[in-house]
Amino acid sequence: MNLKIALFGIAREIVGQPTLEVSAPEGQSAQGLLQSLHARYPELARLSSLAVAVNNEYAAEDTPLQERDEIALIPPVSGG
Amino acid sequence: MIHIDLTDQPIDVLAALRSVEADGAGAINTFIGTVRNKSTGRPVVRLEYEAYDSMALHQLRKVAEQAAEQWPMVEKITVIHRKGTLHIGDVAVVVAVSTPHRAESFAACQYIIDTLKQVVTIWKKEFYEDGDVWVAAHP
Repeated sequence: MNLKIALFGIAREIVGQPTLEVSAPEGQSAQGLLQSLHARYPELARLSSLAVAVNNEYAAEDTPLQERDEIALIPPVSGG
Repeated sequence: MIHIDLTDQPIDVLAALRSVEADGAGAINTFIGTVRNKSTGRPVVRLEYEAYDSMALHQLRKVAEQAAEQWPMVEKITVIHRKGTLHIGDVAVVVAVSTPHRAESFAACQYIIDTLKQVVTIWKKEFYEDGDVWVAAHP
């Protein structure tokens, strides 16, 4: 399946574009997606934290991703 | 009862305060976050806030709802956060809470700003004379 991922802040700068399309095995977990992205963009692994959001909620590591989900990478937030 | 906004326009602080006025409220507690001129000892020239809008609004509402659940006497809550380019002294965020008595409005207001900083999808980039950095990105 193809996953479309929205990128923000330093994650967007590391990848060099605002969205990323990746092909992933069916049932790929949030954690699995992060591992494959860490391998492709080692700078992502150096961040204080990196979360996956699915449909505007933080996803647990074992959350299975689906093609129709709105997926985003969330580097450490710093609002306020 | 809960009003949330994310804006690229200057925040009208007085309007935010008025928005939580309520006949049952004997207390209005407000937190105003402003842009200061230095960060970890380095002079800051300006900063930029970037937001994942849909998730930031959703999470802001969730944080305000959690506060209203935890302090059920809350009358009204307003949270407004800036995005875009801000300069020294600009208002970055306003949290306003009204309650019958003061203790709850202090507590709910602090809960909201502290939790906002942990979960809401807004990122701050600080610009110095000689470079820039995404705040909190690295250990």
